[in-house]
Amino acid sequence: MFEIRALEKHFGTLKAVDGISFSARPGEILGLLGPNGAGKTTMVSMIAGLLAPDAGEVLIDGRTLNGDQDPLKRRIGLVPQDLALIEELSAQDNLAFFGALYGLKGPTLRAAESRVLALVGLSDRAGDRVGTFSGGMKRRLNLAAALLHDPEILLLDEPTVGVDPQSRNAIFDNLETLRQQGRTLIYTTHYMEEVERLCERVVILDHGRVLADASLADLTRTGIVKPRLRIELNVGGDGHWLDELRGLDGVASAELAGTQLTVGIADLAADTPRILGWLSGQGMVIHGFASERASLESVFLTLTGRSLRE
Amino acid sequence: MTLTALIALVRKDLKLFFHDRRSVIMSFAAPIIIASFFGFLFQGASGQGGQARIPVAVVDQDQTELSRKLIARLGEDKQVQVVALPLDRALDQVRRGKTTVALRIPAGFSEGATRTFFSGGNKPELSLDYDPSHAMELGLVRGLLTEAAMSVVSAEMFTGPAGRKSLDASLDQLEHSRLAGGERSDLKRLLESARAWNARQEQQPATARQGGLSLPYTLKEEALTSRSATPYNSYAHSFAGMGVQFILFMGIEAGISILVARRSGLWKRLCAAPLSRRLLLGGRALSATLISLIILGVVYAFARLVFNVRIEGSAAGFLGVCLAFSLMTASFGLLIASLGRTPEATRGLAIFATLILVMLGGAWVPAFIFPAWLQKLSLFIPTRWAVDGLDAMTWRGLGFQAALAPITVLLGFALTFALITLARFRWEVEG
Repeated sequence: MFEIRALEKHFGTLKAVDGISFSARPGEILGLLGPNGAGKTTMVSMIAGLLAPDAGEVLIDGRTLNGDQDPLKRRIGLVPQDLALIEELSAQDNLAFFGALYGLKGPTLRAAESRVLALVGLSDRAGDRVGTFSGGMKRRLNLAAALLHDPEILLLDEPTVGVDPQSRNAIFDNLETLRQQGRTLIYTTHYMEEVERLCERVVILDHGRVLADASLADLTRTGIVKPRLRIELNVGGDGHWLDELRGLDGVASAELAGTQLTVGIADLAADTPRILGWLSGQGMVIHGFASERASLESVFLTLTGRSLRE
Repeated sequence: MTLTALIALVRKDLKLFFHDRRSVIMSFAAPIIIASFFGFLFQGASGQGGQARIPVAVVDQDQTELSRKLIARLGEDKQVQVVALPLDRALDQVRRGKTTVALRIPAGFSEGATRTFFSGGNKPELSLDYDPSHAMELGLVRGLLTEAAMSVVSAEMFTGPAGRKSLDASLDQLEHSRLAGGERSDLKRLLESARAWNARQEQQPATARQGGLSLPYTLKEEALTSRSATPYNSYAHSFAGMGVQFILFMGIEAGISILVARRSGLWKRLCAAPLSRRLLLGGRALSATLISLIILGVVYAFARLVFNVRIEGSAAGFLGVCLAFSLMTASFGLLIASLGRTPEATRGLAIFATLILVMLGGAWVPAFIFPAWLQKLSLFIPTRWAVDGLDAMTWRGLGFQAALAPITVLLGFALTFALITLARFRWEVEG
């Protein structure tokens, strides 16, 4: 069991991480979401032992991680956001170097190299210089380097930045395999679709605090954000009828931008026909409409008032 | 596990160093080429053949036998190359840097020089117009001219017709002088003896005539090196200087590599491993030390094979100086990593600082030509001790005792740099 308790970190007067706590189980992929400056990377750095927390603790199976040389660090693998590879060396030489940092040598090291290269599909490129690899291949090798010492907990700090869709899918498959092996994966990203695809649970951060810690299903069920209708009308103008629309049962919000009306509703199936009928009754012509289910991004927007990619 | 990691860190750095063609060229070829060039230059300066003669243009406006003898006497010296030119061409050659000095012998020089040899009065004026960028050579030409002028003018006084005429005139002047009676009679006897000697010499064939002043000594010069039979090898100093310079450049790159690693994320991966941060820095220091020793080994092996640079002094002392300097270089690299921010800005500043260190350390030109205050200042510069230590163990041929001071000072610098690094290094990895 991996757990962090009341973790804090200050940089001067800036409180980058402000009392964050959460836990993750073996075999779980936990999504860590937040805009730039939310404190995600600072937190990952503290978990990986790169930064010393000002307060709080990181626990693995109830034992507190303490200091650079704590053997507990061996149970953590870090996939940094930047490509932490040596481009002048071959893939195998890179892995041999990183493996040796964890004390691997001889047949054990060679077996570990083969295992991780096979996992990320780079066995046939083992002897090639990393500088000749594509961006996607480098990302996969970046992941492989973190797996050499067989860590139980894997910290992935935006591991698919700049990756083509094919390599991204390959990495997702790798992560799913690792999850099935019973490892704990902490995954930070800006890509909503990645979280929706990979993670069962998500922790949303902003300004160094936890805004939400829940399963994906719970977040969408909570009704923090209602489903929305986007309706294209024949009229724009000042929308004086909007207040009347907002007063209807089931309507949570209504905004008009040009001729596009966005209506937040409680129940997509029940409320949609009623709203469309009301608009027609007002003499407006509906050119088209689309419904949107509650997305994680919209949850985030509601919670923080900001887009994830700001 | 620590040893496995340390070996991996060092092996990785060695692989990267030898993989990078630019660093290999900078570390091996560049010092060898530049040291060979400097060694060749200083070989000339030390009198080991091939030294360029100082070009001297002579303008003979006197056109007498004495002036021609003076020019011929000056031209006999192997340190100058005398060419007779008209005045305007001689001055133009000096202005354009083609000739170092123009010597003007004015009309009436012969008469004036012999006339004033004993009696004083208005002496003729020889002019030396010189290239200010060759002021050091001017002193040499001045000395050679003095020797030649004293020799030919005094010879003329004792053996030639101009001298006899001058002696007659001097005796005539003496008759009308206000000198006291005793002094006048003593001087008269001296001049009459000189005139008698001059007259007797005139009876001799020109080749058998004796007279004229010469230097009252001969010189035996010997360069003091390790052994009396071993000549000074200027390549020993130039290889020491250039080896030191380019190894320091390697040290800079060792420090910069840490800054690059910090920026690339590689440092995060290193720090994520269960290793002490001191081990990570120690690994870099150890690899830089080994690379420095390898460079020194290759550079001196080349110098030995091609230029016969030998360790004439203590081999243990030589190894000690090499090791101490290598450790100093490694800690210098770590110091750069601890004080620097971005690799680009740090590299520029570090190279500038290194060039200053190398220049003041006497790696380019020997420190003895510095002003006295600068020579004292350079004792606070590690490169001075490294170059002096290597010189002492190679061409000076001194024993281990002479290596102790450089080794101690270099280790002191290494320790100081290491302590500053430990105090200033940004251990935490920013997010």
